[in-house]
Amino acid sequence: MSQGLIQALSSTHTVPNPPRRNFLKLAATVSATAGGGMLLGISFPANSDGKPSQAYSEAGAGKAVFSPNAFIEINAAGQVTLIMSKVEMGQGVYTSIPMLIAEELEVDLDKVKLEHAPPNDKLYADPMLGAQVTGGSTSIRTLWQPMRQAGATCRTLLIAAAAKTWKVDPASCHAQSGQVIHDASGRKLGYGELVKVAATLPVPKTVALKDPKDFKLIGTPARRLDSPDKVNGLAKFGIDAQIPGMKFAVIATSPVFGGRLVSVDDSLALKMPGVLQVVKVDNAVAVVANNTWAAKRGLGALDIKWDEGKSSNVSSADLIADLKQAANKTGAVARRDGNAAKAYSKADKTLNVVYQQPFLAHATMEPMNCTVQIGPDGCDIWVGTQIPTFAQGMAAKTAGIPVEKVRLHNYLIGGGFGRRLEFDGVVQAVKIAMQVKGAVKVIWTREEDIQHDMFRPYYYDRISAGLDANGKPIAWTHRIVGSSIMARFAPPAIKNGVDPDAVEVSSEPPYDLPNIYVDYVRQEPRDVPTAFWRGVGPTRGTFVVESFIDELAALAKIDPVKYRLDLLGKTPRLKTALELAVEKSDWGKPVSKGQGRGVSAMHAFGSFLGMVVEVTVNDQGEVKVERVVCAVDCGMTVNPNTVIAQIEGGVIFGLTAVLYNEITIKHGRVEQNNFNDYRMLRINEAPKIEVHLIPSAEAPGGIGEPGTAAIGAALTNAVFAATGKRIRTLPIGNQLQKA
Amino acid sequence: MATLNINGVPHQVDVPGDTPLLWVIRDVVGLTGTKFGCGVAQCGACTVHIDGKATRSCVLPISAVGDQKVTTIEAVGKSASGKKVQEAWLDLEVVQCGYCQSGQIMSAAALLSHTPNPDDAQIDAAMAGNICRCGTYPRIRAAIKHAAKEGA
Repeated sequence: MSQGLIQALSSTHTVPNPPRRNFLKLAATVSATAGGGMLLGISFPANSDGKPSQAYSEAGAGKAVFSPNAFIEINAAGQVTLIMSKVEMGQGVYTSIPMLIAEELEVDLDKVKLEHAPPNDKLYADPMLGAQVTGGSTSIRTLWQPMRQAGATCRTLLIAAAAKTWKVDPASCHAQSGQVIHDASGRKLGYGELVKVAATLPVPKTVALKDPKDFKLIGTPARRLDSPDKVNGLAKFGIDAQIPGMKFAVIATSPVFGGRLVSVDDSLALKMPGVLQVVKVDNAVAVVANNTWAAKRGLGALDIKWDEGKSSNVSSADLIADLKQAANKTGAVARRDGNAAKAYSKADKTLNVVYQQPFLAHATMEPMNCTVQIGPDGCDIWVGTQIPTFAQGMAAKTAGIPVEKVRLHNYLIGGGFGRRLEFDGVVQAVKIAMQVKGAVKVIWTREEDIQHDMFRPYYYDRISAGLDANGKPIAWTHRIVGSSIMARFAPPAIKNGVDPDAVEVSSEPPYDLPNIYVDYVRQEPRDVPTAFWRGVGPTRGTFVVESFIDELAALAKIDPVKYRLDLLGKTPRLKTALELAVEKSDWGKPVSKGQGRGVSAMHAFGSFLGMVVEVTVNDQGEVKVERVVCAVDCGMTVNPNTVIAQIEGGVIFGLTAVLYNEITIKHGRVEQNNFNDYRMLRINEAPKIEVHLIPSAEAPGGIGEPGTAAIGAALTNAVFAATGKRIRTLPIGNQLQKA
Repeated sequence: MATLNINGVPHQVDVPGDTPLLWVIRDVVGLTGTKFGCGVAQCGACTVHIDGKATRSCVLPISAVGDQKVTTIEAVGKSASGKKVQEAWLDLEVVQCGYCQSGQIMSAAALLSHTPNPDDAQIDAAMAGNICRCGTYPRIRAAIKHAAKEGA
């Protein structure tokens, strides 16, 4: 579908702050398509903070340019197609977003088809993230209102078209299951029959959104639209791209971070069957062959000399020592209420501890890969990416061609978790493709994928509190030390030296803390690249805050649930979630030897989670997670099925890391290789997970990451209950094993 | 030149005999439903059936396949157990990103073909070789039981 078909046919209006009511002004265009259908473009009304999005501002300023950022096409057969700005990586947006459209448009969910949006920030930027990005548990939060608006606008136009055809009042008609019905006469016209007329009508200045009590789809469990092709092998991920004449490449990147390629002896490799070419780039070598295995064998036959650079002697211990030292500096102030330093003098008891959270790899099941073809008419890229416009821009820069000459074809993502928010693999594939004739599919082996990930950074948190005679925290100080991902990813997000991601949750704990001081010291891990990882800041922050509040409860000799509830007065939705999780669990009931229950409460991404975990620690110190009970208030749910699945999956993702995972560095290189030494939780280790959704009429919160953020402390608190041992350094690993 | 019987169709392939079946299926024959995950039989994403038995294709050289019948995810629905498993996966909404699910379904279908009513321990034994990073394990277990209940 060509964007050239879109013409601004109607006036536009701004809504600086969309009120919570069912009539919204909107900015939209409608036009006819070449095939006799209608195409609706609609602009997102505002950022979550109420500021108009750029498209809206331009429209409001009276400029002729209008940048719609959602597209719906209805063709003459009544088929609805949504140009989808978000990518599907398992989180269910390919179902939940169509549900929003279908609800308001009054069509069955299976009538909505999806197309991947091409890269274009002007058209498809996420209003919260400011670019065409899928991440940060934002999709439903930002598209909840505009997608419904888009559906309602189409519905209003189709009703108007029918009313015009019948020469009746639109108010005497209603839409239902893809038809407009004239109530008095019972006359009906299908949407496909109405689109030609609808495309000529002025876009209404206001449209009525349905009252939530009339929802037929939203809030009901819907079948995932992407599932059928994912159970029969037909679903296409980036790694499945098939381009005629395509070659296959496997790479070796400098094992030491920051190292460079010196020389390669490829005489043996080039004699091996199937090997076509050896390609050198600044810090890597690729063998190009007529299948992946031939390329891998060829790579093994290379004699590569690396300049390991200045990091060749760096180990994890050095990086941790850097963090410890940095923790003695005063940081950028992220929060200061009352006077924490002074309040300690009135404290009855104090506690001062350090929590350490390791480097982590993403280990998506689909290893990094990218297929590129560079020719006289530009560059084609086939890849699954969370950041299509950034990847396109970097590819253009790397290839030295205009961005319009880069065509990025986005695919399903075989696990993102933050890894596919980065373009390193795309840039590397472009560099290789520049030296290869025709298309080349670059695949990273699992070892490359783990060793050359961009890692969840190591964080070092020093935290203290003073308790009054009743055990209440009257002083709270927290220093967060670690890498700033935002400084690289989105520098304008850094305010007064504070990385908002690094301090998230920590700077705004949900508890009543009259005297709180939180600061942040940036300390980069030298040449080790860092990146976002599922749950981002809240995963780290919640582990520290929820571990520490548990320690304070123990110090005060108060039940950890009661201790939290007494401090949650200002966060009632979290209090309710915690109470429900506790009620649904066996909290307080006797346990046998080696068993324990732990609790956590998490508020981030606009959602609230209470969690109770039950563990057994055996005589060998092995942890078995028996049961996880979650109560979730994520506002209004679009597809409860997806919400429950995301919590289950998020919990297992978090458990895997807390139980087993850490990336360690020795001689400047990652020590882990594959799933044999970077262990994944398996089905026999997966606990029973119960998810209880709390009905809510509030705006939807994010749900992809809260499960991961909440589980860490709940688990280690359960281990404490079971064993009396407090885990302050992750992962649990073999810390509980008896010598 | 070797001849492989994949999904009932003979394929002549001109690759060295030590080439793992996975790469022949994906890169030479062009069936992409079978996935690459680890290359060392640790994750199960590449699971296919060799004469009905669940096998990790990433470490199986084609010289060891001979004239045995290879079945991939694209054709597993033709068997009774494969079809039941695919339907159960849809009924219980197992899938998230979906990348590992080809392998999960192949392992589950093989399990049900010889153990029509597996208990939890039998499910663990058959499925522990398949990693799912999205954490769909609780639903995989439920879906296998659901498929078993549907009967052959």
